[in-house]
Amino acid sequence: MNKLAGHTKTPTLRSGVKGRILDIIFASGTKTCAILVFVIIVAIMVSLFIGAWPALKKFGPSFIVSTEWNPVTEEFGALIAIYGTVVTSIIAMIIGVPVSFGIAIFITELCPAWLKQPIATAIELLAAIPSIIYGMWGLFVFAPFFADHIEPWISDTLGNLPVIGPLFSGPPLGIGVLTAGIILGIMVIPFMASVFRDLFEVVPPVLKESAYGIGATTWEVIKKIVFPYTKIGVVGAIMLGLGRALGETMAVTFVIGNADRLEKSLLMPGNTISSSLANQFTEAVGEIYTSSLIALGLILFFLTFLVLALAKYLLVRLTLKEGIRT
Amino acid sequence: MSRLLKNMDAGLYRKRRIVNLTVLSASILTTLFGLFWLVWLLTTLFLHGFKYLDLSVFTQPTPPPGETGGLANAIVGSILITLMGVAVGAPVGVLAGTFLSEYAIRSRIAPVIRFVNDVLLSAPSIILGVFIYEIVVVPTGHFSGWAGSLALALIALPIIVRTTEDMLKLVPNTVREAACALGAPRWKVTVAIVYRAARAGIFTGILLAVARISGETAPLLFTALNNQFWSTSLNEPVANLPVVIFQFAMSPYEDWQNLAWAGALLITISVLALNIIVRTFLRSGK
Repeated sequence: MNKLAGHTKTPTLRSGVKGRILDIIFASGTKTCAILVFVIIVAIMVSLFIGAWPALKKFGPSFIVSTEWNPVTEEFGALIAIYGTVVTSIIAMIIGVPVSFGIAIFITELCPAWLKQPIATAIELLAAIPSIIYGMWGLFVFAPFFADHIEPWISDTLGNLPVIGPLFSGPPLGIGVLTAGIILGIMVIPFMASVFRDLFEVVPPVLKESAYGIGATTWEVIKKIVFPYTKIGVVGAIMLGLGRALGETMAVTFVIGNADRLEKSLLMPGNTISSSLANQFTEAVGEIYTSSLIALGLILFFLTFLVLALAKYLLVRLTLKEGIRT
Repeated sequence: MSRLLKNMDAGLYRKRRIVNLTVLSASILTTLFGLFWLVWLLTTLFLHGFKYLDLSVFTQPTPPPGETGGLANAIVGSILITLMGVAVGAPVGVLAGTFLSEYAIRSRIAPVIRFVNDVLLSAPSIILGVFIYEIVVVPTGHFSGWAGSLALALIALPIIVRTTEDMLKLVPNTVREAACALGAPRWKVTVAIVYRAARAGIFTGILLAVARISGETAPLLFTALNNQFWSTSLNEPVANLPVVIFQFAMSPYEDWQNLAWAGALLITISVLALNIIVRTFLRSGK
């Protein structure tokens, strides 16, 4: 035994030392790369802040609530763009969430088995189509259709209602905040639907079968079994969709009209943070103009960051609650 | 028995059936509603795209308004920028994913890295463009293909980190233990055993990242910009499909808009093809 150990000692020692050195190199290499991800995020925040500083210094906190956006007099405020970003995203969610839910329910509970995989695959493939395609389609196909057929009807009916009337009145331009919101909604449908579907598939069949077994209808199974089982993920998926909608650039830039005015009506052109950046950044002259645009970017970054953090926080809280209840 | 039947109230039963039917038909209607837009979108894209897609699109560079031309320089530029972006993003992403899966089991920084990676994943791509503009374009004084590649690398990175970590975690621990028991050093276990077991998954993640960045437009607007002429040097502005599509579609010239449709179709087809390849690849790997 001793002899055997002695025999193999020298070669293993040498390869052992070499292995250990390579081990350290490899381990620290992977760690460096992981830390690089962290460094990149910090660098993004710092560089955005430095870039935005001249504008923040000049306009102060009122930058966020000012509706001025005038490159000639160099007076800038973020409210128009923030308003556009938030409103288009809300419209997108109002359209996207129920439709994606419907699609996910259809695929998981109603669809005949032979149709299941094709529809699911088609929806996942649609989620991969670049957003510029949605924007282009919106500009050339949807906006003219919307202006000719839907907007006159909207302003004739919804536009005459009290309270919400002003939101839906105005000339049928085709291009505007509402159109941008709808295009965004269409764009997030495949993404959210495929996430919802993945979630609903996770529900153990035994749970559903036992509910069906005591006579529950399909809807009751969905409401009492599928929703409670997946609600954590559903909240997360909605937040992820919202994050996408908030930061989306190309689908919006084509159809929002790029107007730096705050309009009451959703039918009028507007601007979002990302479309302002896309349209104006390379043309911006002067330090304050560029800096104000970067300040908009900083606000957008924090908005999406907040949404993500909120999603994570909600998930943690929901999981904790689950733990207490069971 | 008759009391039981009375409790199972026929009215309640009917109500439940009606509610059920209503909800289920609503679900079918929303599915049709959602699919309707998407089918409409794809139909117009294919109809318009194929109408203007001919050989000259692949052989001639982008034209000035009113003249004939193609998208050749933009296609080449796009491929170049995308490949460089992946070449930068993939190694870093795979190594970072390796750290999260293999080395960070009790590490305190791993949750932080994971969270930060999610932040990067959900960061609007246009912000990444602004960031690269600030740190590359401003110091060097000009737009360049490299800046575009770096911006795309930042988009690819978090996708690759995530898929790599997930895929490595699927490798059973017994495989690692077996290799360790034979005396293999840790790095060799990872590179020769774990990577080999998970390579289909890692490759899938990289392909997905390629599919994702090949259609990205926003971050290229302030980095690679555009170039009317042939340029394969990444040190100057490089023509690329997404930005050309954006500029041509927004232009008032009809022949430019037609080229934009052809370009949009090309991008969509390549993205869909990549995704389909990934799918068949994963299926055959199983």
